[in-house]
Amino acid sequence: MTERVAIVGVGQTRQERNKVYDTFADMVYEATTLALADAGLSIDQIENVVSASNDFWDGRTISSMAINDACGSYDKNISCVEGDGTFAAFYGMTRILSGAYDTTLVVAHSKGSESVSSHITNAMFDPLYVRALGLDAISSAALQARRYMDRYGITEEQCALVSVKNHGNAFRNPYAQLPLRLTVQDVLQSRKLADPIKLLDASPISDGACAIILARESVARRSAKPPVWVRGVGYCADAYHLGDRDLAECAALVQAARKAYQMAGVRDPRKELDVVELYDAFTYQELLWTEGLGLCGPGEGGRLVESGATQLEGDIPVNPSGGLLSAHTVIAAGLVRIAECVLQLRGEAGERQVKGARTALAHGVNGPCGQSHCVWVLGL
Amino acid sequence: MPNRVAIVGTGQTHHCTRRLDVNGVELIYEAVCRALEDAELKMKDIDGVIIGNMDHFEGINYVDCWSIDGSGGFGKPTMKLTTGGTTGSTLAIGGYHMVASGMFDKLMVIGWEKNSESDTTGAITTAFDPIWDRLVFAGAISGLAVEASVYMATFGVTERDAARVTVRDRRHACLNPYAHLRKEVTIEEVMNSPKLSDPLKLLDLCPRTDGACAVIFASEHVAEKICPKPAWVLGTANRHLYTYLGDADLVNLPSLRRAAQELYSKTGIREPLKQIDVMELYLPYSFAGLSWIEALGLCKPGEAPRLLWDGVTDLGGELPINPSGGVISCNPIGATGLIRCAEAALQIMGKADKRQVPDVKIALSTGFGGCFWSDILLYGAKKPQ
Repeated sequence: MTERVAIVGVGQTRQERNKVYDTFADMVYEATTLALADAGLSIDQIENVVSASNDFWDGRTISSMAINDACGSYDKNISCVEGDGTFAAFYGMTRILSGAYDTTLVVAHSKGSESVSSHITNAMFDPLYVRALGLDAISSAALQARRYMDRYGITEEQCALVSVKNHGNAFRNPYAQLPLRLTVQDVLQSRKLADPIKLLDASPISDGACAIILARESVARRSAKPPVWVRGVGYCADAYHLGDRDLAECAALVQAARKAYQMAGVRDPRKELDVVELYDAFTYQELLWTEGLGLCGPGEGGRLVESGATQLEGDIPVNPSGGLLSAHTVIAAGLVRIAECVLQLRGEAGERQVKGARTALAHGVNGPCGQSHCVWVLGL
Repeated sequence: MPNRVAIVGTGQTHHCTRRLDVNGVELIYEAVCRALEDAELKMKDIDGVIIGNMDHFEGINYVDCWSIDGSGGFGKPTMKLTTGGTTGSTLAIGGYHMVASGMFDKLMVIGWEKNSESDTTGAITTAFDPIWDRLVFAGAISGLAVEASVYMATFGVTERDAARVTVRDRRHACLNPYAHLRKEVTIEEVMNSPKLSDPLKLLDLCPRTDGACAVIFASEHVAEKICPKPAWVLGTANRHLYTYLGDADLVNLPSLRRAAQELYSKTGIREPLKQIDVMELYLPYSFAGLSWIEALGLCKPGEAPRLLWDGVTDLGGELPINPSGGVISCNPIGATGLIRCAEAALQIMGKADKRQVPDVKIALSTGFGGCFWSDILLYGAKKPQ
């Protein structure tokens, strides 16, 4: 990168099962207002906006239209990324690096309570050959989970440990939706959704919004809070048809992480990263993604969680916020990961604070079975 | 120091009502191959892909993921940008910023739509607020009809004046092998075509089109090596002002006025009519060809009919508008704004064949969509300072 970019403000709504009193715009306004207050900036100091939304999840064509006034974009340059908020943040960053703007507000929202997830995620699949089979986010994830477990001998108990850990962490996060005290047995005995995925292996339906403010170095140096620097970013897409991929591997994540690590000068992620917030839509995904991120070798994700290393007190805490398992605001979920990393690096993460965190990783996903990944390395 | 950015290759499908011979991915592949061929590049030379369309037309969720086999995005950074009708121009603006950032050297930018698979009006209607707007404004045509009525009432402009815009764009389209409707029409034919929503008639409006467009944006380090005469991007601006239709100010498209003011002040354009050599404008219906060129500062409000009747905006005139035939002749929605960008670039590159305007140094393109939103880009033959 030619110039450094920092995150100078973050804001998130509480993530809840059904924000019946909030429209998309209400949630976006809340997150935007919180991010501005956090950065000590007024909306006039924001030069441009990138929003993230999805027409299918919102049930609206041109879904960005519902929130353009709420994010303060009136008479400003604005764009919309359709996909996870981590990708929108990347575009927001390039709009600063291009020299066009000093500050970018990135805001994402999702209201699972107004959506029918199975229909919406079924629409990800090929309309001619696959869609009629009824494949959706859960059933496709089940195929991936089974392939991954068979390939590496990952057990349902190891997956369950992720649920126990993340729902437990959620007690320390006031924004999380689903703090639960669970045992491995609770997870194993929960209702089966699509073999081998059970209810407590899956993330919940959630409503929420998140906003971050990016700024170029000259502006970030004057910001109210200590700037959190973007050290590296990478994103990458894998093949589309599930049969074209080995679902036990995550080649696109490996490549996205390689790019981000290379930019950030990270050689040994397990040692150099202090905290990781990743996109655990299902328990097995946390294990698989920790492998893709190089926190352990291929097939070692299960042993990693068993070792306790990914606990809040472990040497590489993963999802101290509770992760997606504790609140899955689809399009906003990746941006929440970035916001959580910022709080960790500033030492503002309250009870979920990882002591002395100086380098953090945030991760977002688009498409079925983690087809497209975005990886951010953030640091002080 | 940010990178300067140029367009080094473009590709379009031959647009038409219904492409039954290809699915969406194959349609995209066709445009991508043509762009690569134009730039004499291979897919392995491309560092990333951005793509866009309007989801509810084809009913495909996560199009960036679905289209990988056609877009060439496999193993590359791939992202989707979507802003409704402005999608194509939003993609072009995205291509510019992403390459200018230094994060990419050669970026493939793709807009596409297979309108034949859609219920266009049904899908557009869901853009509007379900409580306040949706029941009173259905789809795109009624909103434009209201804008036209306001414009006529404000300035005394007539339906015949507007028909002149259709006549121009349809005449130009005959010179463009990619355009969808390649048949001239007369003022009388426009006036006598079936009424859709008063004062708009069938020939005042754009068609529904299947098509895709791909444009390769490159950084200054490689642009001139790829293309002897690249089209440099001089600036971009956009305004998506309104969320509720009831809030929209319908006189001279304020979003375009504000975006143009910003663009002109950034790029030193003081007299657009004199300084700009050609414009490719997203004019989805005839009246826009009057009201919106006033928003672009080509003349005072209410004076556009004179420019049209005097032939100023015809090929051969002082400032040709839409030598490609424009949107009235071709509208694959998600691609449309990007086709304007590609056509403007072709004019700078000198590759516009029969529709070429001689010696183009500065070109401008726009996008329109959403709730009376506008995007705008300016291109130059000379590398910017």
